[in-house]
Order: sequence, then structure tokens, then C-alpha cells
Amino acid sequence: MSDEKKITPVELGKEFDRRAFFVKLGLGSLSIAAAGTAAFSYQFLSPNVLYEPSPIVNAGKPENYAADSVTMDVNSGIYLIHAQEGFFALSAVCTHLGCLTAWKPELGIIACPCHGSKFTRYGVKIEGPAPRPLPWLQTSLSDEGDLMVDRSKQIDPMKFLRV
Amino acid sequence: MAKTITNYFEELRGTRVWRSVFRSGTGSSTLHRALAVQQNVFLHLFSTKVRTRMLSFSTTWYLGTLTFGTFLILVITGIPLMFYYHPSVPQAYADTKDLQFVVSSGLFLRNLHRWSAHAMVFLVFAHMFKVFYRGAYRPPREFNWVIGVILLLITLLLSYTGYLLPWDQLAFWAITVGSNIASAVPVVGNKVHFLMLGGNMVNANALLRFYVLHCMILPLVAMFFVAVHFWRIRKDGGLYAHGSEPKMLAAQPVPAAAKGAE
Repeated sequence: MSDEKKITPVELGKEFDRRAFFVKLGLGSLSIAAAGTAAFSYQFLSPNVLYEPSPIVNAGKPENYAADSVTMDVNSGIYLIHAQEGFFALSAVCTHLGCLTAWKPELGIIACPCHGSKFTRYGVKIEGPAPRPLPWLQTSLSDEGDLMVDRSKQIDPMKFLRV
Repeated sequence: MAKTITNYFEELRGTRVWRSVFRSGTGSSTLHRALAVQQNVFLHLFSTKVRTRMLSFSTTWYLGTLTFGTFLILVITGIPLMFYYHPSVPQAYADTKDLQFVVSSGLFLRNLHRWSAHAMVFLVFAHMFKVFYRGAYRPPREFNWVIGVILLLITLLLSYTGYLLPWDQLAFWAITVGSNIASAVPVVGNKVHFLMLGGNMVNANALLRFYVLHCMILPLVAMFFVAVHFWRIRKDGGLYAHGSEPKMLAAQPVPAAAKGAE
């Protein structure tokens, strides 16, 4: 029986290996659980359904817009412009930090009240911190003959809608 | 002998109920007074003994204590404001107006909350300047400076999240601009913006998220770090005053690079 009490270095090593194994197993499962929690939290905090207004705006009949006019719709944040070349829609949301710009008829420019960016009626930046011109939005005519603006779709500038 | 108020208080301190709450016992010896601090869950964060010089106005200008004072005012005034405020788009602005014009003392509580918020931001900066220019951030207090920077960020976030809650034009556009700054972060900017607002624009989800952050998450995180901040003052050798440091710090050899520059 006295032989059994002797602990050989091999047995010590084995015992250590077992402990290290369980430590690794424990830490490994905790890491997997932590990664799972992070993914779960991210998915939980990202809403799957948004109750935000539709990006498509009905701007009414083209006849309502006088020739050579700039009309702003404050609620949808767009300009509907009836230029000599045709109709087009601009986003009124400043490309700097998202403030709503305003049309200044006396100066013939679009100006942002927040940080002083200025644009032409074609969206081209004149001055200020805005990094990009105001985007042109996709316009179309509905079956009823209404002007429709899709705020989620940007188009290349100078693409006019002729009615 | 007529009993004085002090006698009554001593008697109260001897009762079984008092002794069951405060275990340091009667008596006003230095040991008793030290135990009264050490054995109190709130006071044990602080040193049991402080030099009188550290309590003088010129040492700290009391800026940290004043900051904590404004924080307490903000918690105490903020909770009653929550009883009348609904964090929903149709009600938030109307509730804010009601607090100002309809609720008894609502105007007082709201103004106290608002002015204390401004004062707290000012005091946090003043406290940091005082600590910085007096060199109180230097070892062994460098980690408490880091905690202080975290507390500055929490203060600014509390300010920012509270800014949206009145749901007026100023609030809406300030948060629109502020959240668009977040989307300038490289790669993950738009995701951060989306998560922060719970959508693509400042709307009902954003209002609710900012409300929960403002009233629950950020105050709890702030309290946690404030506790660590106070505890570290004791652990780092008490408050800093010029010339109060151990000589060993002054006797440190000049680094070779600094010598070469001379």
C-alpha cells in the first residue's frame, strides 16, 4: 500500500493537465457565451421593423408648380423645382450634419441655418462645411399624373423630368 | 443636573437599537471616531483621518464636492420629474409644458434640474483644470485621473441625452446634428448612428432610448465610477496638496533623456 502513496512526477503532470483542461474548457465556454451575448444584444438593439414615414412622397399635380419656381415641403424635407429644363427634386437635408436647409428667394440660393452651407438651386455647393452637393432624388409621374418623389433613391444631377 | 441635548443624544447612542445600527459604540476618542467612518458603508470610501489643511478652501476649492453636490441635486430633482413625463412623441413636449405651467412646483424642479446640469458640466471642467494645473493627476493618482476622464464623458453623455427629452425644435435638431457626427466614425459610423437612434431618424425609438440612457443606465454607471473615484482618493494617499507628497517622489533620479536635453 505504501507504493500508492508515492506521487510520481508523471502523475503530478497529469493532474495539472486535467486542471488546465478544465480551465480552458471553462474559459472557452465563457468566451462563446460572451460572444453570443454580444451578438444577441446587437440584434436586440437593431429594430427589425421601423415605423418611419414612407420615403415616397406624393407632391401633387405638376401644374401646381409655376415655371421657374422652387417649392419646399418642410414635412418631407424636399425641394420640388420647376426649372426651364423640367422638374426635379432635391433633398433639403444638409449633407453636413442633417439640418433642414431653406430656400432664400431674395438671394436665389439654398442656405442651411445650422453651419452656414449654401447651395445653388441645382444642389451645387457654393460655400460652407457641407462635404457633398444636395442629392437629386428620383422623380416620376404616377398613373394619376401626380409627381412622385422617392427620397430613398438618389439620381445623377441634371436628370430632369419633363411633363 | 439638568439634561442637555447632548445628554439626550448620548443616551440615544447607548440604546440597543442605535447600537444595532451603528456598531462603533459611544465615546468620542480618536479610535471611536475613526471606527465611525471606517464601519459606515458610505463613509468607509473616505479616509478615517484627514489633515485640516486638506479641508481648507484653497487646497481644492471644493470643486469635486460641489460637482457631487450638483449630481445629487440632479438625481433628487430628476426622479420627481419622471412622474409627469412620458417619453413618447405625442406627449413629451406637452408634458414638458405641463411641468412648467401646470404642475405645482414643476417649474422650480425643472429649472433646478436644468441649471444644476449646466453647473455640473462647468464644475467638472473646473475640477479637472484645478487638478491638472496643480499637478494632482501625477502618480500615484494617475488612475484616478483616468476615472475622472470617464466621469467627464458620462457627464457629457447625460447632458446630451437629457437635451432631447423636452422634444422641442432645439432638442430635435441638436440630436440630429449630434447623431450625424457619430455617423462620421469610419466603417461602423452608420451602424452606430442606427443603433443610437433605433432607426434612421430622430423619432419615437430615439426618444425612448435617450430616456432610458438618461434616467437609468448613465446615472447607474456614473454612481459606480463616482464610488471608485472617491475610494481611490483614500487608496492613493488622500487629497493632494502642494508639498504633501512623500520625499521619495521628489528624490527620483532624472531620466537620462531629460539630462541630455539640459
